[in-house]
Amino acid sequence: MKTESFILLVIGIFFAIIGAIYWFTSYEQAGTLMLIGSALLGLLPGGYYYYWYRKMGQRPEDNPDATIASGAGVISSFPGSSIWPFVLASGAFFIGLTFVFGIWFAPVALALVVSALIGATVESRRGGHV
Amino acid sequence: MTDVINPPVIGGGGDVTAVDEHVVEHGHAEEHGPTGVLKWLTTTDHKVIGLSYMITSLVMFYLAGIMALVIRLQLASPSSSLLSFSQYNELFTMHGSLMLYLFAGPFAFGGLANYIVPLQVGAPDMAFPRLNALSYWLYAGGSITMLLSFFVAGGASSFGWVAYAPLSNATNSPGAGSDMWIMALALTGFSAIFTGVNLVATIFYLRAPGMTMFRMPIFTWNMLVTGILILIAFPVLTAALIMLYCDRHFGTHIFTVSGGGVPVLWQHLFWFFGHPEVYILALPFFGIATEVIPTFSRKPVFGYKGMVFATLSIAALSTGVWAHHMYTTGVVLLPFFSLLSLLIAVPTGIKFFNWIGTMWRGQLSFKTPMLFCIGFLFAFLMGGVTGVMLAAPALDFFTHDTYFVVAHFHQVLFGTAVFAGFAGLYFWYPKMFGRMLSDKLGKWHFWLLFIGFWLTFIPQYEVGLKGMPRRVAVYPSNLGWQVYNQISTIGAFVIGISFAILLVNLWISWRNPVPAGDNPWDAGGLEWFTTSPPPHHNFTHLPPIRSERPTWDYNHPDSPALHHGKPTGPSSGHGGDGSGGTKETVEV
Repeated sequence: MKTESFILLVIGIFFAIIGAIYWFTSYEQAGTLMLIGSALLGLLPGGYYYYWYRKMGQRPEDNPDATIASGAGVISSFPGSSIWPFVLASGAFFIGLTFVFGIWFAPVALALVVSALIGATVESRRGGHV
Repeated sequence: MTDVINPPVIGGGGDVTAVDEHVVEHGHAEEHGPTGVLKWLTTTDHKVIGLSYMITSLVMFYLAGIMALVIRLQLASPSSSLLSFSQYNELFTMHGSLMLYLFAGPFAFGGLANYIVPLQVGAPDMAFPRLNALSYWLYAGGSITMLLSFFVAGGASSFGWVAYAPLSNATNSPGAGSDMWIMALALTGFSAIFTGVNLVATIFYLRAPGMTMFRMPIFTWNMLVTGILILIAFPVLTAALIMLYCDRHFGTHIFTVSGGGVPVLWQHLFWFFGHPEVYILALPFFGIATEVIPTFSRKPVFGYKGMVFATLSIAALSTGVWAHHMYTTGVVLLPFFSLLSLLIAVPTGIKFFNWIGTMWRGQLSFKTPMLFCIGFLFAFLMGGVTGVMLAAPALDFFTHDTYFVVAHFHQVLFGTAVFAGFAGLYFWYPKMFGRMLSDKLGKWHFWLLFIGFWLTFIPQYEVGLKGMPRRVAVYPSNLGWQVYNQISTIGAFVIGISFAILLVNLWISWRNPVPAGDNPWDAGGLEWFTTSPPPHHNFTHLPPIRSERPTWDYNHPDSPALHHGKPTGPSSGHGGDGSGGTKETVEV
């Protein structure tokens, strides 16, 4: 986690410095605001990762001498298949069409999005989504 | 549908090769899942999603290529009546939009990265498989929306792929086509953001034990940095698109002077996305070149850490240079943006040095992927050098909005997305399908593409310097521009023929497969350790990971193990236990 957090922190510090230079040389608001946003995008997750690095220490994937066996155990839960991403994206597609062609696409879009949200949540709770 | 939520378990305990029950149970369950089209609609396997991304983006590439050929036909004579002005505007807008938003980016970070990154870090899948599927379907919806816009009243959007205000407002660009363009990009933008999240999380959390950050293949490094760049850039685009839509329909005046808005704000927002986007389209392809060149030079990559830091610096600098697209607006800080733009040449130069250093005194074999990468070096160098020229405001004021910029831009993106992109396709195709592409046809593809590329774009530099503006459907016949345009058109058709050869190659490999084996190129990355195509959840065994090329270490136990180009001593090469050349793997 150390390298990961340092990468993000350095990105954040870089944009903070560039943002400061940019503001005091141009006094242009849009660019400065976006550079501050980019600085936060580095600093917030970077700080979070650094916190967890201090708390967790070295993981097997951070240890150059780790053997494959040292990572034994559950990695994570991987769903095998799920229809809900497709349904949700179809809903998003119809939301797009709603904004182009008019409100009559909205019921279809909302029905798809809501059913996908419920479906995906239930699927995660039940766990039977292989 | 069984109730198995356990993932495969890495290292069932020790170095023995017992088959893990979870894997068997999981694989068994998979066979009873949906089949046919429903299987494709419901898949969360990163390999299937990656392939879907690649196929969709290649369709977009061919469509946009056909549009380019029509554009070139129109320009072959000064006052051609092949296209009306509005048709011409629609075609160049859609050519740019399809190539940039729907081909180059999704092919790299949706297609190749989705397929290859989990394999390269030894992960069973992407970190968020369902989010990954959502990304693909959003992208597919965006692509459909973009293409459908040709069929609505008023035609497709015609304000260029950059949609400058006030040209893109409701008065100057009325019609549903422009709104569909906005919605298509919003969908694609969300898709890219989700993929960025997925890439970063996968690389941070799902690496195999021993795969430290500085042992990751450079392609994975570049995809990590691309993921971070996506997270910086795409939200800005999405926000800007929402503002543009509000200006068009909800009566806001964010980009219109009449209501107190600022048109140039669109350019700030767009290019704050747009310039990192250029590197989102470049870094993955740098990564491909850095995989291919060492493999076909029979050497580890020269200057591993230099490559990593160059990638990081390119990414950081690329976010501070957005207004070099806006020099001629007269309201940007020229020295700041010029300095940062020129600075990007330094890390890019380091990369070139390292690629050449990798080839230096290597045992080069000029297989198709290697040829494409060498083509990439030439093409990107040319585009890069003219980019350094354009970073100087004095020259940019002279060439802004001329064909000089068009040629520069196409050489940069052709170098990366086409030369290096198709190097990646030829390189990893055997892994994805377990069959080879014809090397002979691949070389025909390369040489025709290489010749066509220079024929198309070198004349555009010249005609740009002679003053020909871009985005014109007709031009005066007495300025000597026609001959350059005709050479360019011939070149474009040579490129078109070269891509027909690729289709033939794919067809032949589909009908008469030549088996590839697991590692046809004798490459070093972890993806070459598993079968071709890889099984569900990717690995049944993993080798010890002691360098950035674990498969090479495993297959060549006698060659010294390398860590950043330096031998790390005999004991650390194979499991760190001093067991030397024993070929032990650990069951996944």
